[in-house]
Amino acid sequence: MAEILTLQNITIFVLAIFVGYHVVWNVTPALHTPLMSVTNAISGIVVVGAILQVVEINDNVISFSSILGAFAIFFASINIFGGFFVTQRMLEMFKKKDKVNKEIKLDD
Amino acid sequence: MTEQSFSIIAYLVAAIFFILALKGLSSPTSARQGNLFGMIGMTIAVITTLIIGENLIALLILIPIALGGAIGFVAAKKVQMTKMPELVALMHSFVGLAAVLIALAAVLNPIEVHTTVQRIELFIGAFIGAITFTASVIAFGKLSGKFGAKALVFKGQHLLNLILAILMIGFGAIYFQNESILAFIVMVIFALILGVLLIVPIGGADMPVVVSMLNSYSGWAAAGIGFTLNNSVLIIAGACVGSSGAILSYIMCKAMNRSIVSVLLGGFGSDVAEDLADKGEKNYKSGSVDDVAFLMSNADSVIIVPGYGLAVARAQHALQELTVKLVEKGITVKYAIHPVAGRMPGHMNVLLAEADVPYEQVVEMEDVNSEFPQTDVVLVIGANDVVNPAAKTPGSPIYGMPILEAQKAKMIIVNKRSMAPGYAGLDNDLFYMDKTMMLFGDAKNVVEELVKTIE
Repeated sequence: MAEILTLQNITIFVLAIFVGYHVVWNVTPALHTPLMSVTNAISGIVVVGAILQVVEINDNVISFSSILGAFAIFFASINIFGGFFVTQRMLEMFKKKDKVNKEIKLDD
Repeated sequence: MTEQSFSIIAYLVAAIFFILALKGLSSPTSARQGNLFGMIGMTIAVITTLIIGENLIALLILIPIALGGAIGFVAAKKVQMTKMPELVALMHSFVGLAAVLIALAAVLNPIEVHTTVQRIELFIGAFIGAITFTASVIAFGKLSGKFGAKALVFKGQHLLNLILAILMIGFGAIYFQNESILAFIVMVIFALILGVLLIVPIGGADMPVVVSMLNSYSGWAAAGIGFTLNNSVLIIAGACVGSSGAILSYIMCKAMNRSIVSVLLGGFGSDVAEDLADKGEKNYKSGSVDDVAFLMSNADSVIIVPGYGLAVARAQHALQELTVKLVEKGITVKYAIHPVAGRMPGHMNVLLAEADVPYEQVVEMEDVNSEFPQTDVVLVIGANDVVNPAAKTPGSPIYGMPILEAQKAKMIIVNKRSMAPGYAGLDNDLFYMDKTMMLFGDAKNVVEELVKTIE
C-alpha cells in the first residue's frame, strides 16, 4: 500500500514538473522577477505540512514537535504574505505606466 | 463525501490555481489576475488543511500565521526594488528552514510511525531544505554586501564538500536503518554546513544564477515534504516552483555563456587578468554633457542600454525624465535589456517599471539587436560586459556570450565612472571605436544634467 502511494506521488510529481516546465517557458522575460517572487510565495505551501505537525500528541497539549511546526508556520507565512504582496506591488508598477503616459500626453 | 475525498479535491483545485498563477505571468495584463489566483489557491489549501487536521492546536497555528503574515506584508510594502534579490534570497531561506523544521517535527513526533519509504522521503526533504536554508542565507549576505561578494576559494574545497556529502548520506542511512533521531539531526547539521560551503566560492557576478538555483531548490524542498506527508498540493506546487527555478537558472547561464557546473565550482573573475596585458595604450574620445545633449536631441532614434550601474547610482527616474523629453521632441526611444542586466532575472525590467518607463519602450535582447544598425545614438549607462564585442572573438573569456550589439549603431555614448573594466575583468573595444564617445561621471548626475541641458 505504502509503495503504491509513493508511486502515485511520483506520478504526480513528474507530471507537475512537465506542467511547470511548459507554463514557465511562456513567461515573458520582463516578468522574471515577479515570477520568482510569486514562486517564493507558492513554495510557502509548506505551511500545509507545518500545520499538520501542530497537533496534540497523547493529550500532551504542547509537544516539541508542535513547537517546531509553529515556527515552520511562522516562516512559511512570511513567504506567503511577503511573496504575494511584493509581486502585486511589482505588477502594479508594470500597470500604472499606461496611465502615466496618458497623463503626460494630456499635459501637453 | 468523506473528509479525505473532500481534501483531495480541494487540494487539486488549489494546485490548479497555482498553475494558473504561473500561467498568468505570460503577459503583464494577465499577471495581476495570476497573482490573485495564487492567493486564492493558497487560501483554499490552508483552509482545507485547517478543516481536515485532527487535534490541531489552534493558537499555535493562528498566532504564527498572523505574526509571519504581518512581517511579510510590511516587508513587501517597504522593500526597495533594488533590494529585491536580497528579499528573494531571504525568502528562499525561509522555505528551506520551514522544510527542515517540518521534517524534524515529523521525526520527533513519538506517535508517528514512519515506513521505510517515508524515512527516505524525510531524509531527502530535510537535507534539501537544510542546504537551501544556509545557501540562501549566504547568498543573501553576499547580495546585501554583508559578507563581501568575493568568491572564497581554498584548496581541497571540492574534496571537503564531497566528504561532507558522503557523511551526510551516511548518517541518513543510519537513520534509515534504525530510526536514530540523533543520526537524523547530525545529518541535518552536515547538510547545513554543506549549504554554506556550496555558495561561498561563487562570486557576486554569478548571483543571478545562484538566486534562480535556490529558487529551484526551495521548490524541491517543498515537494520533498509533500512526499513525506503524501500531500498532492505540496508535491505539485513544489515541482512547479522547482522547474521554474531550473528554467531561470538555465536562461541566466545561457545569457552569461557559463555552464551551471562552472558557476557551481565557482571562483569566476579570479584568473582573467592576463587579458589586460596586451591592451597597450588605446585612445578614446571623451565628451561633455553639452556634446551628448546636442547629439541626442538631433537624433531620430535612441536606444538606451542600462546596466546594474544605473540602479546602483539610482538614475532610473532621471533617465525616465530624459526619455520623456526626447519623446516630446519626436525621437524614438527604446531601452535594450540584456537578461543579466540586474542582479536577478528580470530585475532591470522591474527597476525601469518602478521609474514609470512604459512597458512598450523596454525591449529584450533578441528583439532589439537587429535595430542597432539603423539607430542614431546608443546610450550605454552602467553596463559594460553586455555590450563587449569581444564576445564575438574566439579565444576571449566571454566568447559566445550573447551581447547587445551596440557597436553597430551610428554613434555610441558610454557613461561610466572611469575606464575600469567590468566584472569579467576584460577591456571593452567598444570604448575605443571612432564613433564612441565616453561620458565620465556618476550616472545620476550626468543624466540629470542632460535633462537640464536638452530643451
